[in-house]
Amino acid sequence: MAKKIYFQKDMECASLEDMRKLQSEKLIKQVQHVWDNVPYYKAKMTEDGVCPEDIKSIDDLYKLPFLSKADLRDAYPYGLLGVPKKECVRIHSTSGTTGKRVIGFYTQHDLDLWADCCARALVAAGATSEDVVQVSYGYGLFTGGMGLHDGSHKLGSMTIPMSSGSTDRQIMFIRDLEATVLCCTPSYAAYLGETMAEMGMSPDDIPLKAGIFGAEAWSEEMRRDIEKTLGIKAYDIYGLTELSGPGVSFECEEQTGMHINEDHFIAEIIDPDTGEVLPEGAEGELVFTSLDKEAFPLLRYRTRDICRLSRKKCSCGRTLVKMDKPKGRTDDMLIVKGVNVFPSQIETVLINHGYAANYVIIVDRKFNTDSLEVQVEMTPEMFTDSVPEIESRQRELVDGLKAMLGIKAKVTLVAPKTIERSEGKAKRVIDKRNI
Amino acid sequence: MSVKQISVFLENKPGTLQELTDSLAGSKVNIRALSLAETKDFGIARIIASNAFEASNVLKTAGFVSSLTPVLAVIIPDEVGALAKILKHFNDGNINIEYMYAFLPAKDRRDACMIFRVNDVKEAEAYLTGKGLKLVDQDDLARISGD
Repeated sequence: MAKKIYFQKDMECASLEDMRKLQSEKLIKQVQHVWDNVPYYKAKMTEDGVCPEDIKSIDDLYKLPFLSKADLRDAYPYGLLGVPKKECVRIHSTSGTTGKRVIGFYTQHDLDLWADCCARALVAAGATSEDVVQVSYGYGLFTGGMGLHDGSHKLGSMTIPMSSGSTDRQIMFIRDLEATVLCCTPSYAAYLGETMAEMGMSPDDIPLKAGIFGAEAWSEEMRRDIEKTLGIKAYDIYGLTELSGPGVSFECEEQTGMHINEDHFIAEIIDPDTGEVLPEGAEGELVFTSLDKEAFPLLRYRTRDICRLSRKKCSCGRTLVKMDKPKGRTDDMLIVKGVNVFPSQIETVLINHGYAANYVIIVDRKFNTDSLEVQVEMTPEMFTDSVPEIESRQRELVDGLKAMLGIKAKVTLVAPKTIERSEGKAKRVIDKRNI
Repeated sequence: MSVKQISVFLENKPGTLQELTDSLAGSKVNIRALSLAETKDFGIARIIASNAFEASNVLKTAGFVSSLTPVLAVIIPDEVGALAKILKHFNDGNINIEYMYAFLPAKDRRDACMIFRVNDVKEAEAYLTGKGLKLVDQDDLARISGD
């Protein structure tokens, strides 16, 4: 039997015309659903002078008001619910790192669609029902664990509901149960690779062939590192609790961007300042409209993620529009000395200079001047007995950061293992400024 | 003929050197000599130990980043002009010294052992041996360091 390369081919490879037609039909229905059931959004529409009759196709999408994270906070917890509470079967929640927790609600129908999205991602990473999928994302309120779990379950793969933590046991399960696909955050994947090497194991000692890593920004260089240390192909996955969780978009073997599940989510790129919709290929803020969700039906939700969309033909055969890796969520973006700094940019420079992705960024302000410090761990590869040599490498790194960021950063070399390893999302930034 | 020095990366803050010596003490590795190079943020501890390979393994297990560096070890009698005499050979051979430090090989001896880090250890070794200088190797070091 030929290997199944799509999970739902009719949707993943639909013509643009068919997809737009489907999206238009779903959008009309969804706007009506929201109008009828979500007074909070109805009020916003009324304020903008828009009613459901104005939305005849996706060409009219721009007429609808935006929803932002602030709206989610205002309407917390039930104000954006699209169905009676008794129809919901589950909730998930963000970690609340950037303010108040966001809670997403799900009906059984919503969970089924989400599982489809995650199953598509797994198949795009080469998984079949023959595979053993180890889910090492945290289980619980975080969407990562149960999202990929349900996707793997739907695909029919044997699923190991590992959750995060107990790193030695993680490696033992991968080896003993012959796990072939690993799902976790990229920083945890890197840590697993590091631990494996310390245990004296090589990538050949484990059967893993692919990994699906998401929930935090990671660089192309970190991908190559993880691929090498675990001996796998590493795939990115994207999602937001507000929209369901991971699986809003996913990578295929081409690794040149993530296919958005357009039959469930319409993506737009807008100018974050004016709200104006930008043409394909332009960089801007990503906005999603959820077409199928019953319980938490967000229309034109501003993700704060900065990226581009592309409809360039993909070698995998999928016609779903691709988004590139977000440069970082606008929440992750630091403004230092008036310059935008994304942790992912710093990570790229570190890895290009031979350091590992174990770093922390410290921003401080003294006498009204911002300072940026990058602490990075010394590695056996970068260590030499010569002080001038180490200092010259340190200077090269400072120059590299300056070239990338446009501002000067102090580089501090710290001892190995002094930067905290994370089992979930890595904490990369310490902002000491009291602004 | 060279000996192995263990170079260890340390952060420049209180307690790091003690952690290092604790690890070695715990594994019965004796430190014969120790020299510190420091910058504002970090330092390098350079150690001559009773057993370089054992020391290196112990430090690796304890989570330190270290490397083994070949250095020259020369016995110098405790008398006026002894060091000057040896340094003249370095000068004649155009051998640049990156750093050096000294230690007493054993309690009952009246001479010192000088450690030299040079650019090209092999070339320096050949030149100095050719000039009749006696260089200490790893085995000699273990022997002369006997307490």
